Amino acid sequence: MPTTTPVRRQDGPRRRLTPAGIAIWGGIALVGAVCWTVLALSRGEEVSALWILFAALASYAIAYRFYARFIADRVLGVDDTRATPAERLENGQDFDVTDRRVLFGHHFAAIAGAGPLVGPVLAAQMGYLPGTIWIIVGVILAGAVQDMMVLFFSMRRDGKSLGQMVREEIGVVGGTAALVAVFAIMIIILAVLALVVVNALAESPWGVFSIGLTIPIALFMGFYLRYLRPGRVSETTAIGVALLLLAIIVGGWIDDTGLGDTLTLSHETLTICLIVYGFIASVLPVWMLLTPRDYLSTFMKVGVILLLAVGLVLARPVLANEDVTSFALDGDGPVFAGKLFPFVFITIACGALSGFHALISSGTTPKMIAKESQVRMIGYGGMLMESFVAISALIAACVIDQGLYFAMNSPAGATGGTAASAAEFVGTLGFTVSPDVLTQAAAAVQEPTLVSRTGGAPTLAVGISSIFTDAFGGGLAAFWYHFAIMFEALFILTAVDAGTRVGRFMLQDTIGNFWPRFGDTSWRPAAWGASALVVAAWGYMLYVGVTDPLGGINQLVPLFGISNQLLAAIALCVCVTLMLKHGKARWVWVPLVPLAWDLVTTMTASWQKVFSDNPAIGYFAQADRYRDARDAGQVLAPAKDVGQMDQVIQNSTTNGVLQLTFAVLTLIVVANAAVVWVRALRAGGLPTTEVPATPSEIVAPSDFFATAEEKAAVREWEESRLTGRPR
Amino acid sequence: MTAVRRWWAGLRWFVRESTGEARWDQYVARCAASGTEPMNRRTWERHRADQREHSPQSRCC
Repeated sequence: MPTTTPVRRQDGPRRRLTPAGIAIWGGIALVGAVCWTVLALSRGEEVSALWILFAALASYAIAYRFYARFIADRVLGVDDTRATPAERLENGQDFDVTDRRVLFGHHFAAIAGAGPLVGPVLAAQMGYLPGTIWIIVGVILAGAVQDMMVLFFSMRRDGKSLGQMVREEIGVVGGTAALVAVFAIMIIILAVLALVVVNALAESPWGVFSIGLTIPIALFMGFYLRYLRPGRVSETTAIGVALLLLAIIVGGWIDDTGLGDTLTLSHETLTICLIVYGFIASVLPVWMLLTPRDYLSTFMKVGVILLLAVGLVLARPVLANEDVTSFALDGDGPVFAGKLFPFVFITIACGALSGFHALISSGTTPKMIAKESQVRMIGYGGMLMESFVAISALIAACVIDQGLYFAMNSPAGATGGTAASAAEFVGTLGFTVSPDVLTQAAAAVQEPTLVSRTGGAPTLAVGISSIFTDAFGGGLAAFWYHFAIMFEALFILTAVDAGTRVGRFMLQDTIGNFWPRFGDTSWRPAAWGASALVVAAWGYMLYVGVTDPLGGINQLVPLFGISNQLLAAIALCVCVTLMLKHGKARWVWVPLVPLAWDLVTTMTASWQKVFSDNPAIGYFAQADRYRDARDAGQVLAPAKDVGQMDQVIQNSTTNGVLQLTFAVLTLIVVANAAVVWVRALRAGGLPTTEVPATPSEIVAPSDFFATAEEKAAVREWEESRLTGRPR
Repeated sequence: MTAVRRWWAGLRWFVRESTGEARWDQYVARCAASGTEPMNRRTWERHRADQREHSPQSRCC
């Protein structure tokens, strides 16, 4: 019995919109257009944050319905008659046909983290408009396109990793450069994420107490799952979340006790704690700490995102900052230096375009996809969801008082660290805030101080706390603040644990090429040695950031953002290469336009960070300025003594060298790829490592909601399987 | 009422699938279909934990 439903295949029939469809999509387009117009035309009046929210939602819906479908059907040519690796190689382990909605959840949990929360908060220094535009336009034309295309190409190659695809499709030189770049970029990302946690928890006994308790809670869950109730994950997670909320509540009671004093830790102490913790967590069996912590952080992630969406609609906050601030145009902002172009595009990395996602989209997720057409929902849809998180974070940062925002986010060297000096400094920026307001804001969330709490997490927590307090009432500002800190710290720590393990496996794999025994992941000396190396690498960068007199976030965030975007350049390079090799030069602009834009912004930013003679921007200019001053026997603020002068010189030089290395590695990949592009264009296509087509037996819907036709087809298929009749 | 029940069943299905709890039932069903004796749940879950130990998954930023 032949199936009666049309299967989505390459160059299949185009479906026309029904009149009802035209009405609905016309309506959504109208909502989007109105929201964008309001955002574009409002000047100096009170603008509701909901305009941003609905401009985003309407734009996402249209992009997903039309552009993503165009990419899937025309550009990539998804073909549901072709079996996916999950179907062909099903082994119940990594290759496993997974329901599309479940896989969407897994994929989203893997790509979403602290990045989309931190970047927009820092970029709020430039006003709400640059961030909003880049997050929405960036995700539609670049970020979601990258995720979906990498997912598709990796799926057609049995789930090969990004590094493998660069080596096999571009060349050994590019492949080696990409491998080094991926490893180095991961180290920087882990260090900056860890720095965010250190800055959020330093001098905050409540935070240290509740985050510290997540370790015994996760250990308890691990043992519970292993020995008492094997496999009962929901039950264990429910107990864990209850304990977690309890830990946040109890944390509020310890402030004035002896325990509170003990847990008031300095930045340096916390750094050491985090490094020791990172090492232990990466060598412990995963069931003990990593897996249960992952359950907790996934639950918190989904919970907070839903709460935030509901909270925003209920609280209807008003944006407190300007559309475009003078810092965006003059490049002299205190949070990070540099003008709107190119720095807004590298500060907001995750949420608009994130190279790190290419590592998730190649490897794990493509081995679980049931049907090819689902790459749109999982790759493109997953990234739209991440972008929505970034928009929510941007709103949360833009609704808090701007005096408070700059007092919190300017480095300690600038604000002087006290409420009075911070108020004075904020005054020089052109904002008014009284020391009392700063003290009261800190008291409201039960923190000793909010001055120079850089890193984005505390600012976001203040924003979330004010939105939730407005939306849900109850005067729980302090609880919500620490709830938000918990939520961020929890999944940063999960990312650090998991990232250290991934780094360890990469290192063991690489060294194993020369010394095979080291590649054995069960051999303890190798496992411990590789873990120690990875932890030492990010630990060193973390220490550099924490002790930097110029402010670690100010110094390292550009490095973090640029490296993430350079990874995206490598991923987009693979996409362009494969389009040309497959003879689809006609559609190559789809990944080429984002690649070109990404290269323009990241290379301009890299150039400025390396070669700018403005000491506020160029790392080497900065090192020179401090070196000259030191040699002349001077001490330049914010350094307080010769030791700190040396520190600035050394840190800035290290950052500059790293920045230059990343840019050069990326250019090597691009140059190697360009050679392949020319060859492919001349030949009209080249052979690739794509796995030959095998007919698919599985029938499954392709989008979030199954159409009536799809439902009928699935039913028909399931019946034919039960009766054993051929279809 | 049926709508509520359907939503609840859907949510329960989604949670069980996402946490991997449903995979144990699938394993038992597979064993029953092929007539083999399934291992006990403790052993089976340990087996899965061992697999997870050697296939690290990155969590993004």
